[in-house]
Amino acid sequence: MERRRTIRLTVNGTRYEREVEVRKTLADFLRYDLGLKGTHVGCEHGVCGACTVMLGDASVRSCILYAVQADGQEVLTVEGLSSPEGPLHPLQQAFHEHHGLQCGFCTPGFLMSALELLAEKQNPGEEEIREALSGNLCRCTGYEGIVEAVRAADRVWNRS
Amino acid sequence: MKPAPFEYAAPESVEEVLELLGEHGEEAKVLAGGQSLGPLLNMRLATPGVLVDINRVEGLSYLRSGDDVLAVGALARQRSIERSISIPRRWPLLHQAAPYIGHVAIRNRGTICGSLAHADPAAELPAVAVALGARLRIRGARGEREVEAGDFFVNYMTTDLAPDELLVEARFPPLPPRTGTSWKEVARRHGDFALVGVAAVVTLARDGRCERVRLVYTGVAPTPFEAGDAEEMLSGESPTQELFGEAAERAARDCEPGSDVHASAAYRRHLVRVLTKRALGEAVRRAREEG
Repeated sequence: MERRRTIRLTVNGTRYEREVEVRKTLADFLRYDLGLKGTHVGCEHGVCGACTVMLGDASVRSCILYAVQADGQEVLTVEGLSSPEGPLHPLQQAFHEHHGLQCGFCTPGFLMSALELLAEKQNPGEEEIREALSGNLCRCTGYEGIVEAVRAADRVWNRS
Repeated sequence: MKPAPFEYAAPESVEEVLELLGEHGEEAKVLAGGQSLGPLLNMRLATPGVLVDINRVEGLSYLRSGDDVLAVGALARQRSIERSISIPRRWPLLHQAAPYIGHVAIRNRGTICGSLAHADPAAELPAVAVALGARLRIRGARGEREVEAGDFFVNYMTTDLAPDELLVEARFPPLPPRTGTSWKEVARRHGDFALVGVAAVVTLARDGRCERVRLVYTGVAPTPFEAGDAEEMLSGESPTQELFGEAAERAARDCEPGSDVHASAAYRRHLVRVLTKRALGEAVRRAREEG
């Protein structure tokens, strides 16, 4: 039992070893210990979805998970979707083209939730898309552009 | 930092978990999915001295449907209900209620047993467990015991679990033949806690009358509310809309909803009336399809 612990994990393909306070959320660890500020922190109690990241194969709320719980696991954040030099990920490109964002605060969370949906499913219906994204709140777009962006990404993203 | 300081332990066996719980008693809190506990810690509504994270304990993530009983291990995630092949067919009520629990990312982490042990008065799974007559396997320093879901929930977020005990498994019995189920719920937004939710389980006799009816609600009492009077009224009777309406009136009369910022008690009673009729209609229709 301890208040600090050393963890080893892989984030966006890079291996890290860090000592963290055990009460540090995964979101704060990503932002402040690793400097990956693409993961946004909104409500900080698991409601708004802005902090959504992938832990292994599953989307999770990084604001209600502790960094120590990700020890030994793989995390994917929005920074891992594409490299700064390369082209955008098909989902990012589609959000750009279909007005899937305005202020952009919620966007990383939406991208990770949409990523999970499309990775599991080809050609999801509108209802399925809305259901999959229902845990992410956007105050700007009215969601129409976001849903359209996910449909567009589904058509062009070659998952193989 | 959002949560108050705590000590953290990540034991790898149930025995170690029990040892830690025995040692720290009321000071310790079990961390499974953390989707209810995490917010409580972040808002400092809960300030346990010790978090006992059970996620590294091997062999607790199972959903086993052998022996006609669905056995759900302490770490089986809510999302696994949606991915199961046997649950939609054999324990359809679980499958019907699952999409109402938070959202995908919440269900990816949240556990079935954790939701039962947390016992939120507006959660889905406690009402489902009571409606299905689930039995809960509990382990502690003094050995193992089994409790019926109907006896497990004691008060708001309070269960029969002692501080040094762990809910290790929930066991859901098979549904009798000619049984249909339905989950109906109203929440302000999809995925929010229910204002009112109801589980209906209807078993029809061969002649089409109601043989046995279960009506269990969430959101209208400190614990899952069983509308015993309404259930009794229906048994032995032919299912009709008129009768469903009378049962709904009794359930609305007998439940004890509170008023809060989300809804008044009167509105919750109104929802009980509406949802009871809908749930009974759907459960009966499904029971007929079964027969």
